[in-house]
Amino acid sequence: MFGGIDPALLIASLMVASVPILLAAVGELVVEKAGVLNLGVEGMMIMGAICGFITAVETGSPTLGFLGGAAGGAALSLLFAALTQVMQANQVASGLALTLFGLGLSSLLGQNYVGIKPPHTGTVPFGPLADIPFLGRVVFGHDPFVYLSIIAVAAVWAFLKFSRGGLILRAVGESHDAAHALGYKVVRIRILAIMFGGAMAGLGGAYLSLVRVPQWVDGITAGAGWIALAIVVFASWKPWRALLGAWLFGGITVLQLNLQAAQVGIPVEYLSMSPYLITILVLVLMSSGRGKVALNAPACLGQNFHAAR
Amino acid sequence: MLKLEKRPSPSVMWSRATPVLAVALTMVAGGIMFAVLGKNPFEAIRTIFWDPLFGEFAFYLRGQLLVKAGPLILIAVGLSLGFRAGIWNIGAEGQYIMGAICGAALGLAVFPTENRLIFPAMVVAGALGGWAWAMIPAVLKTRFNTNEILVSLMLVYVAQTVLAMASTGFLRNPEGMGFPGSRNFSGYAAARNGFLWEGAGLHWGGVMALATVVAAYVLLQRHMLGFQIKLSGQAPRAARYAGVQPERLVMLCMGVAGALAGMAGLFEVTGPAGQISIDFNSGYGFTAIIVAFLGRLNPVGILFAGLLMALTYIGGEMASTNLGLPSAAIQAFQGMLLFFLLACDLLTNFRIRLAKKGEAR
Repeated sequence: MFGGIDPALLIASLMVASVPILLAAVGELVVEKAGVLNLGVEGMMIMGAICGFITAVETGSPTLGFLGGAAGGAALSLLFAALTQVMQANQVASGLALTLFGLGLSSLLGQNYVGIKPPHTGTVPFGPLADIPFLGRVVFGHDPFVYLSIIAVAAVWAFLKFSRGGLILRAVGESHDAAHALGYKVVRIRILAIMFGGAMAGLGGAYLSLVRVPQWVDGITAGAGWIALAIVVFASWKPWRALLGAWLFGGITVLQLNLQAAQVGIPVEYLSMSPYLITILVLVLMSSGRGKVALNAPACLGQNFHAAR
Repeated sequence: MLKLEKRPSPSVMWSRATPVLAVALTMVAGGIMFAVLGKNPFEAIRTIFWDPLFGEFAFYLRGQLLVKAGPLILIAVGLSLGFRAGIWNIGAEGQYIMGAICGAALGLAVFPTENRLIFPAMVVAGALGGWAWAMIPAVLKTRFNTNEILVSLMLVYVAQTVLAMASTGFLRNPEGMGFPGSRNFSGYAAARNGFLWEGAGLHWGGVMALATVVAAYVLLQRHMLGFQIKLSGQAPRAARYAGVQPERLVMLCMGVAGALAGMAGLFEVTGPAGQISIDFNSGYGFTAIIVAFLGRLNPVGILFAGLLMALTYIGGEMASTNLGLPSAAIQAFQGMLLFFLLACDLLTNFRIRLAKKGEAR
């Protein structure tokens, strides 16, 4: 107990707070490993948030809501895929377009859904395990998506490290010309990766509007998509480090909210800008010095591929 | 099956034609979107693009055009320099806010002194505020190789919090009975950015925007620096061999963009907005990104793009009052424009050919 903050509650809510950015970051990690820089995470997340919210409210089922969110994010990412993979548009500009469009469209779709409560997403019934004093609260008291996000990290790690598909995906990201020469369908693989990234970002967004907040407000993501992008850099494209990064940022978010509620001497504004400032600080630490992350970045990141022959 | 063939050099004809094509396609797609929303698409498009210029209230709305286009052009010209050199400053919104706060703070500090020098000094302070805010990602980029896209964007959220602090705290009007927001500059002659030509909606911001367009045009066409900017965007390695210092270019492009955005913020807060309030910024910093691309990163193109985008703002407002079109629809509409523009760029850089049958791909 320090400053009236319960550590078990803090860790438990840290895990919940990190789910949206973790899902989006793991998705974007796969996209970037395939050599595509999709800066539209924020837009895909907010589309996932509103599509998931609408589906859940209309059907009354949170599960369908999450599926709807993933579909919404993936649908928007398809636009990005069409622009960058088929139309050969600049990836940075297309990503920005995706975010600007997503923010506008989501607020258009959501205007009749302000102030509605979505159906409740229950916790996983662990039975007596949930009654263990400290661990029960921290480990066994969450909704399915907290566990799913960690499983996703493990799955992506295993896929990239051990499977043949993962090897091909990494090859496409490291040298698309070599991969093309070997006969792999570079564009097809990249489109699939982009869609996976979109679905994961959409899932993360749906988690925001269905569990974390839980209601629809304009601009609900408030930069979470950009923080997810920063986490991929922080993680130097390694899945488990993304988990660490997401927990770190989830922890800061929860801590600053708790400090705001506890009314310590720090002005609220300084606390609410802290996650962004710490993101910048971490980016600086990661990209300078000897352990340069840039060295670990996929070699073809952000470059378009056009098969001349 | 269609096949893309890369052009040896981008087509000049298509590079001029794509913005027009993109606008036309956006009108079609936007019309479909309005129809889905249950509005008459033809009426909506006419309200947005025709009525502000030639409709019943055009005499008033035409003036608004320059008021809205001024900041968009000012910011977009700055951004376009960086975009050309491959430096992605997407935090213009933050630089715009910080410029407005710094400039306004100077004006409010000397309230109620009347002196001719106050307004010019505020403009300088605004430019410096925006410049300083843009220097953060620039210095981090050059010193620590930190990604400028993420840093400049994170700083937008920080700037918005600072704006909240300013309007509820350190810049709040002491005679405002506790309401958030600073003193209104419209009642303070020395710091007011009044209209120079009321009918055309021209204030100092508009003059500055036009001057910037000319200056940027000369810089890019006639100056060594402009050549270096273009060269580093198109061929970074060649630029390095030609003696271009990338660090210097980053500092310069970010600095200029920040200073122009900061100035735009100051002109807005002392003119049309009137005061520092929690939501005086209307997302111009982000819309300017669309303007920069729509203008083909070319100063003259940006001038027209800024006017067109201003038209969608004004027309969008009219459509929302007259037809009940939700204001978010215009935001989606503007985003759509950027999509179509990027897609149409395909025609500038590639030829579309029919591929022979049976050819291995």
